[in-house]
Amino acid sequence: MQNKIKTVKELTVNMGPQHPATHGVLRLVLELEGEVIKKCIPYIGYLHRGVEKLSEDLTYVQSLPITDRMDYLSSMVNNVGFCVAVEKLMGIQIPERAKFIRTIMGEMARICSHLVWIATHALDIGAMTVFLYAMRDREYLLELFEMVTGARLTVSYPRVGGVRCDVNNEFLDKTYKFIEEFPRKVEEYETLIDRNRVWLKRTKGVGVISAEEAINWGLTGPTLRGSGVYYDVRKFFPYDAYDKVDFEVPLGKNGDIYDRYKCRMLEFRQSAKIIKQCIERLPDGSILAENALRIRMPESPLKIDKKDIIFDVYIEDKQIQEFIQKFTEVYASVEAPRGELGFYIVCDNSSKPYRMRVRAPSFVHAGVLPKLCEGSLVADVIANIGSIDIVLGECDR
Amino acid sequence: MNPVEIIKRIRDKFSDEVLWFICFRDECSIVVKKEKIKDILSHLKNTPELEFDYLIDLTAVDYLGFREPRFDVVYYLMSIKHKHRIRIKAQVPEQGCCIDSVADLWATANWFERECYDMFGIEFTGHPDLRRILMPEDWNGFPLRKDYPVKSELADKEWGIYKELKESAKAWKENAK
Repeated sequence: MQNKIKTVKELTVNMGPQHPATHGVLRLVLELEGEVIKKCIPYIGYLHRGVEKLSEDLTYVQSLPITDRMDYLSSMVNNVGFCVAVEKLMGIQIPERAKFIRTIMGEMARICSHLVWIATHALDIGAMTVFLYAMRDREYLLELFEMVTGARLTVSYPRVGGVRCDVNNEFLDKTYKFIEEFPRKVEEYETLIDRNRVWLKRTKGVGVISAEEAINWGLTGPTLRGSGVYYDVRKFFPYDAYDKVDFEVPLGKNGDIYDRYKCRMLEFRQSAKIIKQCIERLPDGSILAENALRIRMPESPLKIDKKDIIFDVYIEDKQIQEFIQKFTEVYASVEAPRGELGFYIVCDNSSKPYRMRVRAPSFVHAGVLPKLCEGSLVADVIANIGSIDIVLGECDR
Repeated sequence: MNPVEIIKRIRDKFSDEVLWFICFRDECSIVVKKEKIKDILSHLKNTPELEFDYLIDLTAVDYLGFREPRFDVVYYLMSIKHKHRIRIKAQVPEQGCCIDSVADLWATANWFERECYDMFGIEFTGHPDLRRILMPEDWNGFPLRKDYPVKSELADKEWGIYKELKESAKAWKENAK
């Protein structure tokens, strides 16, 4: 017998930014030893459009359509997030009907986004059929969006103080019909992949992140809940009509790709449940608050009550007092399909935001990729990217 | 815990560091000096009654021309166990634009701090890998500073080239006829 001396060469592989499985323009530099990843360095910023800088030069109403372009798979939730933040800043109370409509639309956007996720994630791992099924159902939902808003993807439907236009009965009937059928369709997807041996081998026990680490890495949404941490903005800090509907927050256990997948599949059913309740209970009334922001605004539209600002009584410096009264700030977040989408707005009492910061879940999730990938195999990189569900438009802003 | 109580606790513990606090729409911000920011944040993270285990956001705001320490580095913390949130703001001057990194307290701070450096030029001392993240590595200037021009100096020049191109395309079309 001959003794063969095996030498393992180190190799650096550049993956992306034009790789079809990176879901956008994400570039990963992988340092390999054999087929095991020793180091993974993500490079982002290829889609950076300066949303935060742009919005400093636009009025609040003009900033709204920009938020569509961040997470283009669920633009409705982006709009709602921005509106919730500005409403909180200005103290606008929106009518009940608008709240329910926003909730319906938000959950529809969540279903749409998760459908794209299951479609592409399964396609990456090798299950082609789910793609076609999911896209078929997404198409139906996009048509419903088009019916109300006139647009399929970039909807710009919510307004600061309500929503743009009312929904009609035809829309509600069609949505209700779809939602009643939908849980059966989710089962259909599950029969396609849930017992698939390849799917289970590639997802179970791969890309594991424990609960403590997930919190430490700042993960949110299904990616965090897959590790078994109970945190959902809709339950913790309710906005819109989420405190009036009954739903559960599905949790995973092991924190691997399979649990994240399971979480999202269960979220489908919860979303359907929320939409059903909202349509059944949809109240009548106006859809826009009286003090809502209009397109044509006077120079200084913000009337923030000085009494709302409570500050230290010990401050005697007049300059600091004036400064505190000039700059007010709020942070409001919504549960986007990907996680917590937060808007931090600093307002200087003019018609434009002084600073708008977007806390994008995809940005945080892209940061955890080295943690998930290092020590695993090259093929698992694709499964990992799919399981954290990032949209690079939101990541780079 | 009530945000006012949290403020009281921090005030008792770090009386020299806290400058003032503001409450607006049920959100409380504490403005502190930058020197002991890491002590304050690790105290917030490790005290069992507070237990701010989750760093939601880290960013900066530029108050050019309004206030003397020019920047505020804003930390937004949350406790999953106690369901409370608080905002800590540390003042950073333009000269000596640096602050301690908290990347070893929360792993998520790593990328947030890189972005903050990229956009504002605030240096985080002790950061493991402080590079630009969204902008190209050879980019000049820090885009989210208030004195950074929205319109590039090159804008007119680029427009000129575009005009030239258009004219040459027109000439080419006519020749083709």
